[in-house]
Amino acid sequence: MLEIKNIVKQYANHRALDDVSLSIPESKIFGLLGPNGAGKTSLIRIINQITAPDSGEILFDHQPLSGQHIAQIGYLPEERGLYKKMKVGEQMIYLAQLKGLCKSDARKRLNYWFEKLDIGSWWDKRIEDLSKGMQQKVQFIATVLHEPRLIILDEPFSGFDPVNAQVIQDEILELNKKGATIIYSTHRMETVEELCDNIALINKSKKVLDGSVRDIKKKYNNQTYLINYLPSTLSVDELSNEGLFDIHAHIPNQDDDQLRIRLHADSTLNDTIRHFLDKIQITQIKEIVPSIHDIFIQTVSKTPSI
Amino acid sequence: MNKILLILQREYMTRVRKRSFLLTTFLVPLFFIGMYVGIIFLTKKSFEETHTTVYIVDQHGEIGPLLKSAKNITYISSNKDLQEQLSSLNNEDKNTSILVIPKDFTNHPNVEFLASNKPNVSTQNDIKSNLSDILRDFKYQSLGINTDSLKNINTTVSINAKEITSDGTTKDSNTEIAMGIALALSILVYISLFLYGSQVMRGIIEEKSNRIIEVIISSVKPFQLMMGKIIGIGLVGLTQFVLWILLSFVLAGIASTFFVSKSELSEQVMGAQLQDNGSEAIAKSGNAMNSISPEAWAMLQSVNFTEIIVCFFIFFLGGYLIYSALFAAVGSAVDSETEASQFTMPITMPLLLTYALSFGVLMNDPHGAVATWLSFIPFTSPIAMLVRVPFGVPLWQIIVSALLLIIGFLLTTWVAARIYRVGILMYGKKASYKEIVKWFRYKS
Repeated sequence: MLEIKNIVKQYANHRALDDVSLSIPESKIFGLLGPNGAGKTSLIRIINQITAPDSGEILFDHQPLSGQHIAQIGYLPEERGLYKKMKVGEQMIYLAQLKGLCKSDARKRLNYWFEKLDIGSWWDKRIEDLSKGMQQKVQFIATVLHEPRLIILDEPFSGFDPVNAQVIQDEILELNKKGATIIYSTHRMETVEELCDNIALINKSKKVLDGSVRDIKKKYNNQTYLINYLPSTLSVDELSNEGLFDIHAHIPNQDDDQLRIRLHADSTLNDTIRHFLDKIQITQIKEIVPSIHDIFIQTVSKTPSI
Repeated sequence: MNKILLILQREYMTRVRKRSFLLTTFLVPLFFIGMYVGIIFLTKKSFEETHTTVYIVDQHGEIGPLLKSAKNITYISSNKDLQEQLSSLNNEDKNTSILVIPKDFTNHPNVEFLASNKPNVSTQNDIKSNLSDILRDFKYQSLGINTDSLKNINTTVSINAKEITSDGTTKDSNTEIAMGIALALSILVYISLFLYGSQVMRGIIEEKSNRIIEVIISSVKPFQLMMGKIIGIGLVGLTQFVLWILLSFVLAGIASTFFVSKSELSEQVMGAQLQDNGSEAIAKSGNAMNSISPEAWAMLQSVNFTEIIVCFFIFFLGGYLIYSALFAAVGSAVDSETEASQFTMPITMPLLLTYALSFGVLMNDPHGAVATWLSFIPFTSPIAMLVRVPFGVPLWQIIVSALLLIIGFLLTTWVAARIYRVGILMYGKKASYKEIVKWFRYKS
């Protein structure tokens, strides 16, 4: 639903975004990853039309992004903030009205959310009287109250305890199930695999990686396997087969030994197993699939400095 | 447009519902009235308390009998000598003193004044002027001048100033009343421009430090947010002025029913009208009110209050829009109020300068070159023009000045908005002038 094409954003002394192109599919959860200062927030601000790109364009439903799309976007910024002295209910209605909702609709939906998250008693409280976690919850509701089709969440789980983080995560998944497209920006990888369908990795103002989580993992799968076997009299050298694989490590354990091998590009797992069959008693073979976390670290540390 | 209205509404409502707004709206007029009453009361009281009994030890012999007792001083010729009188002084109550007139007073006019407590200045002045009158008569007589015929010569001149209006008719003109009104307008505009301008700035700093700014400007344009805030707070100011005007009418009404006889009624109504223009200063100066006479009343009526009120609203609003836009730009550039002072100083300099000048050159020469120029420059005209208006300003000047003010306000708003849209997103960066100029140049 969102097509980001060749976005460049130049600030006085550095380039925040350098020719970034992304495609965010409808009704998916899109992970926008990258270390601090990579340009994620700059990109998000451009999508929110808070700032404009120096060049490039963004298409929302195949139309150039414009003011009419504001009502269809919900944004939870990383730096949270609400009017401290204003009452919760009043403030939420105000924020929803700014997004183009009428007062009575805002009130209706707010009642629904307050009931759902069991915070109805907060209506007349001032924001400053709420705890930090409570404020976060309120702000999350403010983000989604106008039922945006595109929800942009910048580090949505920071500041939540595990219980409430789970509550919010469930809400995000439910919204997604109902059809909302979600851009989830983070530099914490734990939740990415669980939540995201697609990801893009931005580092040093450039997009370095993007695609579906499955494809990326497949691409970074380097045919590494762990083979457990019963202790054998054969030495590691006697087990090796340079035509098929390299041995990365040999780890002797109490009950069994372990080999970490990486297959050559043209060899198959079957050939490898055949090679081992008459030599050792295999107890377990496991493929080591790189986590998004590993890929992230690997990619970021590989990117050359500008 | 609709969104500006929403923002404006919030800004207005949150402020008007605040307790501090109600307090200032209702307490400020009460405070000024209280101060006025207090001043009269204290002045009266101080007159009563300064009454002094003066015993005269007259070594000269001829001066003592010539001193006439007055409201505040009772002269009593002492028949004791100085030592005896001194010892008896200690037994008397505190408002008693001794005046010693030396033998050669006519040649060396130097008298001693002995009091048990600190000698009161006004009593001393009274005695001094009494004695110098007597001494002058003495000298006239010694020169052979007839003092009686001298007294009949009256050299007091009264000026009946008339102003010739454009259609050739004359009208009464009273410079003092005009000055009072001008002064009051100057003070009122200066204070309220500062007050409401810095409220705009504080509101923006609050939004910035709360970090709500990002949420808001993902929904509205920075310009809409800025204008909504400026207009909303401006309306709070106008509400306050209108309430003050209404309130002073109500208070005047109450006062006239309860305390004042019919003859004094007109005074009170006038007091209320003066308050309309915020001219508490006139009320404070007291004597304008105390010594109100039918002539003065007529002169007050000659002041065109409608013109002044209309001009006040035009120039207050224009000035407010210019300065609050500047304050908004400053608010967006800084992270805290303490940081803001380095920028608020220079932008408010023209205002401060005009304010200071209004007590001098503007008021003394309201139609001079300085006053005229200052009343055209948009940054200074809100005060300068209002100072001039009570003295009568040609209509074309008011219109030109108002137009320039509008142009000035459009320009400053444009500049401020360009700084604002970048500034509000800059956290933790120390803003310098260089930086701000750079922000201004950013493409949107």
